[in-house]
Amino acid sequence: MKIKKNILLIDQHDKNGFWGGKFGGSFIPETLKKPIEDLEILFAKLRNNKNFLLERDKYFKNWVGSPTRFIKLNNLTKHLGGAQIWSKVVSDANGGAHKIYNATVHCLIAKRAGKKYIVGDTGAGYAGKMLSMAAKKFGLKCKIFMGAKDIKRQKPNCDAMRKNGAEIVPVYTGSQTLVDAVSECMRYWVSNCDKTHMCVGSTVGPNIFVKICGWSTSQISRELFMQIKKEFGKIPNKLKLINCVGGGSSSFGFWNEFMHYEKKKVEFIGVEAGGPKKSKRHAAPLTYGSKIGVLHGAMQYVNQNKTGQIEETESISAGLDYPGVSPLHCFLKDVKRARYTAASDEEALMAYQLITKYENLNPSLEPSHAFAEAIKIAPKLNKDTIIVVNSCGDAKKDRDILKKKLGKKYESSN
Amino acid sequence: MSRQISLAFEKAKKANRPALLTYTVAGDNTKKRSLEILNSISKSIDICELGFPHNTPIGDGGEIQTSSYRAIKNGITMNDIFQIVKKFKKGKHSKPIILMGYYNMILQYGENKFLNKCKKTGVNGLIVVDLPWPENKVFAKKCKKKSISFVQLLSPTTSKIRLKKIVKDSHEMIYYISMLSTTGGRLKVSPKKILKNYFNIKKINPKKNCVIGFGITEETISKLKSADGLVVGSAICKEITRSLNNRQNPVTNVSRLVAKLKKKIL
Repeated sequence: MKIKKNILLIDQHDKNGFWGGKFGGSFIPETLKKPIEDLEILFAKLRNNKNFLLERDKYFKNWVGSPTRFIKLNNLTKHLGGAQIWSKVVSDANGGAHKIYNATVHCLIAKRAGKKYIVGDTGAGYAGKMLSMAAKKFGLKCKIFMGAKDIKRQKPNCDAMRKNGAEIVPVYTGSQTLVDAVSECMRYWVSNCDKTHMCVGSTVGPNIFVKICGWSTSQISRELFMQIKKEFGKIPNKLKLINCVGGGSSSFGFWNEFMHYEKKKVEFIGVEAGGPKKSKRHAAPLTYGSKIGVLHGAMQYVNQNKTGQIEETESISAGLDYPGVSPLHCFLKDVKRARYTAASDEEALMAYQLITKYENLNPSLEPSHAFAEAIKIAPKLNKDTIIVVNSCGDAKKDRDILKKKLGKKYESSN
Repeated sequence: MSRQISLAFEKAKKANRPALLTYTVAGDNTKKRSLEILNSISKSIDICELGFPHNTPIGDGGEIQTSSYRAIKNGITMNDIFQIVKKFKKGKHSKPIILMGYYNMILQYGENKFLNKCKKTGVNGLIVVDLPWPENKVFAKKCKKKSISFVQLLSPTTSKIRLKKIVKDSHEMIYYISMLSTTGGRLKVSPKKILKNYFNIKKINPKKNCVIGFGITEETISKLKSADGLVVGSAICKEITRSLNNRQNPVTNVSRLVAKLKKKIL
């Protein structure tokens, strides 16, 4: 198993859709074969269509707000006294998180496919919020599937979805979180695939959804690549790109453009959600060696029991609270291109407090996991090392959790 | 092939009626109860489909999900399920049995170990919801080697070329999904239209036994009786749920329902 050069990672799968011969694929009911095949054909056509790319770039620039900032965290760097810490502030994007890229592209595809309805899943509510925004922008009717537990803990994003005219469908099955929302959304699509387009909210699901999402979020590293070159005159010799990993859409997009560099030069560090310190449950299948299994149509490392039932996860961050992980990351782990680790709920909260104390930045609980790792390793490194953390979401949605965990003073900042 | 499934179809054809297939979830609501249900309905039916439950199903509607969660909550394991099959097949009302479920359960049990166990306990066929053609080619061949029929699924979205290829690769039985739906949806397509699609499939190879499933209830079953076989699943799971909620015995209620279904297709 090896990464091939001169070909995008999203295209390095075999004819059955497997990366490295074993991750991904399309484990789907017969009914979805045709709609998925149609989507594959359409996407293959559109990604080579000049007008489509121009349209995408126009919306990314004028509506999403591209490029998002690339800034040095001077105070934090000084405080930690080691590597330089920088951040790509992807939460600058319209709506406050990276999910807008995938949502925009899916709506553009839905329009080209002549579909009037679009459905999607959401955990933290960002994928749902962005899809509802994009759907409104492009005149599509939108339904969002969301776990009942997540609806409670991510109220601000739910309010936003409703304001955008989307219908939120609460999912009461199983753990009532993202995993159940994705299942329910796929079931809905099985029943309505003739008129409805489905947007999977991350680089997960059947092969084509992994590809579309990865292709969309890669905008992040396209911008970063130019910004780094402009800032340093070249790609620095010791660059570390740290990103949280739930489904893996922001991290994949953050790394894609740097894929072919030696890992000694550009290291990828993915930080999964370790869950509460005292709990055995987690959402870190790559870090804690979960077995390979099938979840939501794709082969991947996934938290499951011996018999193959998918296990419930636990994390303070709804966006990372997913038992599986993108086949792309499974592949990057196995070929050792990326390193994966986990941060606990407590570590993420500590990181959040430190960042907001020293910097004018308000990362949500998801990227706070990535910052936790940066804070851990930065003091051990010298100042020639450049750490870049993707601040891929804004903490506005975490208002209630932060207030509960950290007290009132964190309410005002949000 | 042991041909037990084919024989069941032949028997029904001789009686000038479609074969009746039921779907129940193994372990719903307990291991013992689900075996009792199978034993009590087996005289009315021709083939049993027995579900091995999975907790992230992407093709099941609400009723079957409820049954599955009940069974999983009561701790059903794959080995328990094989025991149910073994006991049922040894009983005096034994009928051909088709296990149905999601691929991850087979993968974690081990494909070969799973198929050996199927053969040993007397499983006649397999339906794997999320292993479509052509991805299922290798696994279907393995099944055939063990004399187990791999049941291919077809749906209204399946293209013509695909239909032909799948029918060609199919074993004793094929399963036509009546409409775009998860299991248990309300029949949103007219029986006439379903049968039209069905006969188009039959034309490809009239010898293949083809059943229709999804959305079949007491109300709809008689309108589809020109098919080779009809599958009722969600309506039965719903009856189990209703019985449990009303503190009634699901065994008697389900066998009453199945007897009624049978009458409608005679």
